[in-house]
Amino acid sequence: MSTTAPSIEALANQEYKWGFVTEIEADSIPKGLSEDVVRMISAKKNEPEFMLEWRLKSYRQWLKMEEPQWPNVHYPRIDYQDIIYYSAPKTKVGPKSLDEVDPELLRTYEKLGIPLKEQELLAGIAVDMVFDSVSVATTFKAKLAELGIIFCSFSEAVQEHPDLIKKYLGSVVPYSDNFFATLNSAVFSDGSFVYIPKGVRCPMELSTYFRINAKDSGQFERTLIIADEGAYVSYLEGCTAPMRDNNQLHAAVVELVALDNAQIKYSTVQNWYPGDKEGKGGIYNFVTKRGKCLGVNSKISWTQVETGSAITWKYPSVILIGDNSVGEFYSVALANNYQQADTGTKMIHIGKNTRSTIVSKGISAGHGQNTYRGMVKILKGAAGARNYSQCDSLLLGDQCGAHTFPYLEVKNTSAQVEHEASTSKIGEDQIFYCRQRGISAEDAVSMIVHGFCKEVFRELPMEFAVEAQKLLGISLEGSVG
Amino acid sequence: MALLEIKNLHASVAGKEILRGIDLTVNTGEVHAIMGPNGSGKSTLAQVLAGRELYQVTDGQVLYDGKDLLNMPPEERAQEGIFMAFQYPVEIPGVSNMYFLKAALNTIRKKRGIEELDAMDFLALVKEKLGLVEMDPVFLSRPVNAGFSGGEKKRNEIFQMAVLEPRLAILDETDSGLDIDALKIVASGVNLLRTRDRAIIVVTHYQRLLNYIVPDYVHVLANGRIVKSGDKNLALELDQSGYAGLEEAVTA
Repeated sequence: MSTTAPSIEALANQEYKWGFVTEIEADSIPKGLSEDVVRMISAKKNEPEFMLEWRLKSYRQWLKMEEPQWPNVHYPRIDYQDIIYYSAPKTKVGPKSLDEVDPELLRTYEKLGIPLKEQELLAGIAVDMVFDSVSVATTFKAKLAELGIIFCSFSEAVQEHPDLIKKYLGSVVPYSDNFFATLNSAVFSDGSFVYIPKGVRCPMELSTYFRINAKDSGQFERTLIIADEGAYVSYLEGCTAPMRDNNQLHAAVVELVALDNAQIKYSTVQNWYPGDKEGKGGIYNFVTKRGKCLGVNSKISWTQVETGSAITWKYPSVILIGDNSVGEFYSVALANNYQQADTGTKMIHIGKNTRSTIVSKGISAGHGQNTYRGMVKILKGAAGARNYSQCDSLLLGDQCGAHTFPYLEVKNTSAQVEHEASTSKIGEDQIFYCRQRGISAEDAVSMIVHGFCKEVFRELPMEFAVEAQKLLGISLEGSVG
Repeated sequence: MALLEIKNLHASVAGKEILRGIDLTVNTGEVHAIMGPNGSGKSTLAQVLAGRELYQVTDGQVLYDGKDLLNMPPEERAQEGIFMAFQYPVEIPGVSNMYFLKAALNTIRKKRGIEELDAMDFLALVKEKLGLVEMDPVFLSRPVNAGFSGGEKKRNEIFQMAVLEPRLAILDETDSGLDIDALKIVASGVNLLRTRDRAIIVVTHYQRLLNYIVPDYVHVLANGRIVKSGDKNLALELDQSGYAGLEEAVTA
């Protein structure tokens, strides 16, 4: 029959739209890593002594560490001397307003669909734009400052709010935490900083948009969010990178701190360049994200939609210290073509009546390998702790894989822990059924995938959810038939 | 008017020939029953007409409304008004019946240049159609066929048919797995859709269904060919004598 349907293996092949390069003069330091490079980065940022000390301590620790081998991902050894650790657009440092930002950079963000002009913002999202190693602009700062909210680049926070940095930097992810986090601690160049004061509900979504542009550079940013007693903030993070043949390293650290009755909602739509159809190029996304529910009744919620990167290695976690605190993790991870994802979460229950929910949806297509790795740890003192975990895998085609590694450690007998898992496959029969009702194969796959991810998308802020759905549709186009 | 003309249709699956020269003309307003023993090619014929790619058409021609049906992908056939009620309706977890059917109906309407229905109008339409098969509105919010009993799945097929209002409906063993009450509900739903501008092909192994959906023509399929055609009485004869004699007649 001459009825042509795209094959399951073929639906995944829409071009990566964000793969362009911005021609802008960059101030880059030479490749390689040494104590001098660490000092150079600190000097470029005109940092106080305590920051330099912290970086050097991290660097010396890193030299003693080994790259982890346990993740279920495979890649050639990274040559850490072959990476540029600092690259910034050559422009006035720290522009005071958007008018001072290089128009070429503004055009880049416009092309990426990031709202720049404050008056054009629809739902009121304040954006911090991080381009390679530096933050290039932050919107709505003044308006937020009226409420006492600090939203600025990490570099600025180091200069303007050193006490907060001293108190909280490394308090959730210590400098010696793991190989990539420690590397980040030594060489991180910028990122976002948020402080929500007591009793303040942040009136708009705060967001950081990360863009890697320079060739051969790594991106090492750090985000620190503190919600003081009774505060609330919803924070969004998006990322893209140009298409390049070589792999680029992105090793970020995110630390969240929630004090008594505070809530932090952290959403990520990760769309780093995934590499081409043969698996060439793409970003290595090795990220440490962790939140600390320090106060009673506090809540930290992670929602992530991971569609990009050649390799994703991240486990946004919550340490539940305060009594009655709540941790949540909602995740959609897609591994298409030759992408590899090893992602999940850790929920560490320390306080009484702490609760956690884990909903993980893994989608594998092409030759993609998707691993869920999760740990639920209930310590002795965590009386009445509860956890519910659900891990579902969806396979498209027969060349991909799904793996699940749930770890459970329960030291308190009054705890309740539930785990559910499922694996399903989008079948030719499901697609034919939809097509027989008039729905195209592409729409059928996207319908089935969205049905699969519904519980996670529901957790995303509205506009982000729409974005995520579109992105997932595009990332899967060509993978069915 | 001839809605469907099948000429010398040959089809095979995995290199094995199943249909060996089918000739059949179906006019609007007619109900044709295709009967035959297991393995005679009944379901294959239904699937080939719906465009299942598992089957390769090796020879012959099918005209639908004068157009070359075999060159259309399955979704285009559906948009042109062909509906198949599946023998084994497929489950689609996480996608609600309502969402699925609205997407289907609006795709079809769009292709036909009719305005798409908004949520309110759609709801009004489906509530009316649910009554045809005595289905509870809670079905609308449940995922497509997931957790449905066999009878519920079959009723859901007829319900979808009522909403999509096809010109040619193909019922593939819709009676299998139904108890007598469910069979009556399904049949009365189908009978309500019997109109002058629509044709229905009923594929079945047993005569039982044809007591309730009375066909204009009955064709007996054996070894991939139509070996006998007649009116509704042919089905009754078969019920008495079985398929054995017919199969021998062909193989001899």
